[in-house]
Amino acid sequence: MAEETLDREPTRRGFINWFLGTSAVAFLLSVFYPVGRYLIPPPVAESTAGTVTLPLKAEDVKPNTGQIFKFGNRPAILVRTTAGELRAFSAVCTHLNCTVQYRPDLGHIWCACHNGHFDLNGKNIAGPPPRPLDPYVVNVRGRQIVVSKSA
Amino acid sequence: MGGSAKPHGRLWTWLDERVGLAELEKLVKKKEVPVHRHTVWYYLGGMTLFLFMIQVATGILLLFYYRPSAEEAYESVQFLMAEVEFGWLIRSIHSWASNLMIFTLFIHLFSVLLLKAYRPPREVTWLSGIGLLGVGMGFGFTGYLLPWNELAYFATKVGTEITGVVPLVGPFLGRLLRGGDEVTGATLTRFYGIHVAVLPLLTTLILGLHLFLVQKHGMSVPPGVERAGGARRTMHFLPNFLLRDLVGWLSALAILAALAAYYPTELGQKADPFAPAPIGIKPEWYFMFMFKTLKYLPSYILGIEGEIVGVVGFGMGGLVLLLIPFLDRRTARGEPSRLFTWIGIAIILYMIALTYLGYTEVATQ
Amino acid sequence: MRGLVALAWLALVGIAALPAPAAAQQQRPESCAACHLETGDERLANPVKQFGEDIHSAKGFGCVACHGGDAREAGMEAMDPAKGYIGKPERRQVLQVCGRCHSDARFMKQYNPALRVDQVTEYATSVHGRRLREFGDPKVATCVNCHPAHSIKPPSDPRSSVHPLKVADTCGRCHGDPKYMEAYKIPTDQLAKYRQSVHWRLMSVKGDLSAPTCNDCHGNHGAAPPGISWVGNVCGQCHTVQAEFFGKSPHAKVFAQMGVPGCATCHSNHEIKEATDAMLGLADQAVCAGCHAAADKGGKAAADMRALIDSLGGEYDKARAILLQAERAGMEVSQAQFDLNGAKDALVKARAAVHAFAVAAVKKETEPGLTISAKAYARGVRALEELQFRRKGLAVSLVIILAVIAGIVVKIRQLDRKEQRTPSP
Repeated sequence: MAEETLDREPTRRGFINWFLGTSAVAFLLSVFYPVGRYLIPPPVAESTAGTVTLPLKAEDVKPNTGQIFKFGNRPAILVRTTAGELRAFSAVCTHLNCTVQYRPDLGHIWCACHNGHFDLNGKNIAGPPPRPLDPYVVNVRGRQIVVSKSA
Repeated sequence: MGGSAKPHGRLWTWLDERVGLAELEKLVKKKEVPVHRHTVWYYLGGMTLFLFMIQVATGILLLFYYRPSAEEAYESVQFLMAEVEFGWLIRSIHSWASNLMIFTLFIHLFSVLLLKAYRPPREVTWLSGIGLLGVGMGFGFTGYLLPWNELAYFATKVGTEITGVVPLVGPFLGRLLRGGDEVTGATLTRFYGIHVAVLPLLTTLILGLHLFLVQKHGMSVPPGVERAGGARRTMHFLPNFLLRDLVGWLSALAILAALAAYYPTELGQKADPFAPAPIGIKPEWYFMFMFKTLKYLPSYILGIEGEIVGVVGFGMGGLVLLLIPFLDRRTARGEPSRLFTWIGIAIILYMIALTYLGYTEVATQ
Repeated sequence: MRGLVALAWLALVGIAALPAPAAAQQQRPESCAACHLETGDERLANPVKQFGEDIHSAKGFGCVACHGGDAREAGMEAMDPAKGYIGKPERRQVLQVCGRCHSDARFMKQYNPALRVDQVTEYATSVHGRRLREFGDPKVATCVNCHPAHSIKPPSDPRSSVHPLKVADTCGRCHGDPKYMEAYKIPTDQLAKYRQSVHWRLMSVKGDLSAPTCNDCHGNHGAAPPGISWVGNVCGQCHTVQAEFFGKSPHAKVFAQMGVPGCATCHSNHEIKEATDAMLGLADQAVCAGCHAAADKGGKAAADMRALIDSLGGEYDKARAILLQAERAGMEVSQAQFDLNGAKDALVKARAAVHAFAVAAVKKETEPGLTISAKAYARGVRALEELQFRRKGLAVSLVIILAVIAGIVVKIRQLDRKEQRTPSP
């Protein structure tokens, strides 16, 4: 009996060592995999409450058009005036929080929900909206458009 | 087994000549752990150390994305949770491991207290251990605020207000902690500095002393076991004890991973200093017994404000706990010391009872 | 008789318009103030004291501009009727005194080019003006009842009696006084009712000065009840979309035939409350139930519209809740939350479309809203499923950890057995 175990011992120990080694390596992998993935920078470069870089090229925004973009979780609107100037405002209507849009035919910002009108300074000019839209600051950095909350 | 000279490679020899590995090897091989019915408590110190190492590792990882300012802290944590791959995992593990670490720290403390391991010559080990408890709770208190969410904000507000109750230096201490009269972005920056620089430095120093002393004196055999006599069995630290340690650590890691996956740490609402305090603000669970005690105290005790009595009382309690090795003369002389056993049990029961009450009673404020 | 009075009236106004006064080149200081302050009689002193803050005083006008006379004279001679002194103007004279300048476009241009010059003409069309003209009613308001003489301030001044926040009080001074209004047999609860309204809350609590007060619906100088055929136009000034829907709705014609007002039939007027979904349908608080029953066509339409709006509201809330849950759990759902705004828009539009009183119009708005909500909800579900994926990853790593533990345990037992076999010396 004792001799039998002694005989089997080397192969058994070898198996245990192999098993332990393999599982230890697997364990290390399962630790380093998430850590490695964690360290890779995420596709969205950075997230701050104050600024957003638009996924648009400056030259792609034609005069007399407007575009809705995401600013945090809220919609905002980028307008290029007929004069070629870029302006950005919160796109949340001050009346009942609908999303406003640019009306090329009127040349200003309009809310479809209750026919509210805002001029290109964000000021409420007709309809029920009680307050102007919050203005944002637009900066063009090369071809990138960066919108930030005014300080 | 002893120091049978095993043949080592050339690298070993090279290193040995320069670093002195052979001495280390001798030291490790010589280290033995007593085996008796209370041996299981020996694992808790190592467990706490392991959890602390996890805290260091995940903490460093979190630093890569965290931004310590009132304007950006919440957003950066949100970004970490939502955009960074496995960000939720790292943060959840950091948060859960901190709780587990304090938990094992408490158990370690009470096992040492009840097994009288603080007796001479281990008084300084005990002192450094209490120091580590304080540092650990400091880590918890400062770290809680860092995500800058509503709950943390108000818990910190209450917590720092309690500091202000301390007689004489209280208001000054409160201002010092908050970096102003109110909990603001300045407090956040301050807590951040304490959490990632001051406390780690203190930990390194105290922990180094603690481990050195544990190594120097070896494990304490409980006086009860000593008195019972009988054959003293031991176990090698390497590999026998360490392998058992590893089993415990890996189990802790498994539990952590499960907790992180099933109960990921939530972020909640961003802190708004001007919003009314939400219902049921609770501190971290390990502060709960103190928080609850202060709530139960009458507003005036013998003409002194109840809160002051409570805060001073806890201060005195902490001092007594710290000085136990010097107060417990009977244990020091090697006699059984029932009184201090009962004191230990009373503390444990008190903490459990108040913590239980803190979580079961309906919040009215 | 009436024709004669009207003629006299026109003559008055006409005369008033003729001699544009020689403006504000008044020589100061005036003798009026000196005596009026010295008499010690409050009634005489107060006008002088108040006038310092009057807009006219600021523009350089003095007492003589309205009261006539010659301020250069030091004594009672200053108040010689021969020098045009008129004393305290009579009620009808007030119109003439104010209108002399305020109806003169050329004159007013020098001071405030933007100010209208039709106040006197408008006043003539108002109930106040008609009663004054036709019956010489001594109780109706003239210029000075709303713009207190000697302390007139522009409407933009918060201290002014005609500042938006003060208008209701100013009108209410008479219209809220049952005793004063007794003879006219009209209600006097408008002010109290208005104070309950959503419009007053918007103005007083939210500080939205563009919210309507009395004059925004009744007109100011031409103050009159809007009239049944008018109500829609009045409310439609701001609530354009609803007014447009209503104008094309079956109710527009029927209400007119029945002689009931448009908007106010359901929303009331002075005490108008914030409109809720509960007003729609046939349930307890529903206004439709006042005329319609479940059996008739309109009742059915009302119930259907309510069901549509409720379903969109419910779906929107459901989607929002699940996205919030996913967000709290640390999942990235901000794009879905952003897209869900569209459903909220649809809900607002559907609520406006109710005023078409046609199920199809409401359906046109709710349908895209429901689609958006369903999509957002699906994304929320997917995000929560992603959480399940995490758990799969956890299971894998747990298996690995358990394997390592098992290996170590076997190793420990092996060690122990070996030590038992070779007992330590």
